[in-house]
Amino acid sequence: MVRFVIRRLLLLIPVLWGVLTVTFFLMYVVPGDPVLALAGERYDEETLREMRKELGLDKPLAVRYVEYIGRVVRLDLGRSFMTRRPVMESIRERFPRTLILAFSAMVLAVACGILIGAVAAWGRFPVLGRMLMGGTLVGVSIPVFWLGLLLIYVFAIKLSLLPPSGYGGGSFNHIVLPAVTLSFASMATVARVTRAGFLDSISGDYVRTARAKGLGEMIVLGKHVMRNALIPVITIVGTDFGSYLSGSVLTESIFGWPGLGRFIVQAILKRDFPVIQGAVLFMAVIFVLVNLVVDLSYGMIDPRVRLKGGGL
Amino acid sequence: MSGPGWIFRRFCGHRAALAGLVLLLAVIVCALLADLVSPGRPGDIDLERSLRPPSLHHPFGTDPFGRDVLARVLHGARISLGVGLLARTISLVLGIVLGIVAGYFGGKTDSALMRLADITFAFPALLLLVAVMAVVSPGLVSLFITLGVVGWAAVARLVRAQVMAVKEREFVQAARSAGAGDAAVIVRHILPQCLSPIVVVYTLGLGMTIMAEASLSFLGLGVQPPAPSWGRMISNGIIYMRTAPWLTLFPGLVLTITVCSLNLVGDGLRDALDPKRVGHLPGRRGTS
Repeated sequence: MVRFVIRRLLLLIPVLWGVLTVTFFLMYVVPGDPVLALAGERYDEETLREMRKELGLDKPLAVRYVEYIGRVVRLDLGRSFMTRRPVMESIRERFPRTLILAFSAMVLAVACGILIGAVAAWGRFPVLGRMLMGGTLVGVSIPVFWLGLLLIYVFAIKLSLLPPSGYGGGSFNHIVLPAVTLSFASMATVARVTRAGFLDSISGDYVRTARAKGLGEMIVLGKHVMRNALIPVITIVGTDFGSYLSGSVLTESIFGWPGLGRFIVQAILKRDFPVIQGAVLFMAVIFVLVNLVVDLSYGMIDPRVRLKGGGL
Repeated sequence: MSGPGWIFRRFCGHRAALAGLVLLLAVIVCALLADLVSPGRPGDIDLERSLRPPSLHHPFGTDPFGRDVLARVLHGARISLGVGLLARTISLVLGIVLGIVAGYFGGKTDSALMRLADITFAFPALLLLVAVMAVVSPGLVSLFITLGVVGWAAVARLVRAQVMAVKEREFVQAARSAGAGDAAVIVRHILPQCLSPIVVVYTLGLGMTIMAEASLSFLGLGVQPPAPSWGRMISNGIIYMRTAPWLTLFPGLVLTITVCSLNLVGDGLRDALDPKRVGHLPGRRGTS
């Protein structure tokens, strides 16, 4: 297990370095002079030179690259072009909001997904099961932004039950629609995997043994079938949680949720490049770290994974 | 035991997949015949008939400029399918070439390529697309190139795994000892063995790519106006949600149907091509 963890951590280094490099060059390929684009119509040579200096654009590429890595290692992601505010400060303010939304969506996806999958696998209500599975197919095919708009139309505009958008201090009413929207695809995938896992393990020898020794159906399902069926669910939940944490760009934009995803969309509209660069970097690092945790926990639950060395 | 006929019969035995295929063909036919079937041209502006609700004359209603929504949805199908196919083909070619190079030759090239794939996967899928589209100049060409290039890693990993599994098999060894060169071994013996997973990953990926294009266009980073794109039509409809919901409803519905049909077909193909598979898991990668 220790070797497995060390191996995974070592693999992290080239990936993080690559992420840094990609975000650095993203800024570099911006067509035209970012300073000119930023200064717009009203500029004089003096301001331009100052801005170039601040951005370090007067130095050679290699120097800028090294300086960039040095800054990032010290957690300095630069300042916004527009507000002059350090990017890291804005991220620190917005990340908890993204976290709340991602967490709510994940809880919803896991709870409902497992329930739906189990009901569908159970086979007691075949028609309901088929309908639910058809629903999961729609669930993975529906565009998240359109789903969000539909929910706003029905629950906020037509029924006036819930607020259409906004943060509302993180109140329950405000979080319902974005959380449902965000969780929908995961819920559908979790349901499918749970069903497949249930059907797989329900025919296992150990289940027959459990039944033969006279255990109740609920205990057999809950204890023996469930445990084996749920291993693959962890992967899905983990990966999706990682991508939600790294800013659910579309969902947050639709619902005006002031988290990281909306932060980056606003920065793109204003062409605020330091914010784009810093936020993308932060999100990618979070994503990598969450995926690492998922991999490690997977290795802990299923010994076969770490014997293979978790080969990629 | 196998062969096209057998695969076709297995596919047709899969009712959901068949339904998906019919839907998909309907979308493709509509896209091809958009000029014939649509009521009027997608760019026809007529402020007299602005924001009309769906009617016999305008089945999907009209937008604020009086353009027919059905005509725009039909022409949007061309863009969605076109961008999807082109982008997917780019991913496929890049993925196959790099996957084969990594899997067949192994060693340093392999680990370098796989670390590159790790880096691509280190970004949440949509975020990387958004970031790249934010800095390149917008337009159709940069859109499908970006979508295509970003999608290489998944294909490459799959092809690599397949190549590694196949290259030690007896018939490949036999061909090599009979004097076949690397190129001949790859093209004649290894590539055909990778075909079925490639077909599946292409179809499932097509749905995801179309969704990604719509998401980017929705954020204003994809197809630029006045070209009719489903994502853009949905985002333009938001401010009219209270008064003219058909502006967002219909493009989204058609987009869902298209992606759904591709997922169904992809699932069906996977089951038909791989006799061992039972579970159904349509491919998707976080577009949230």
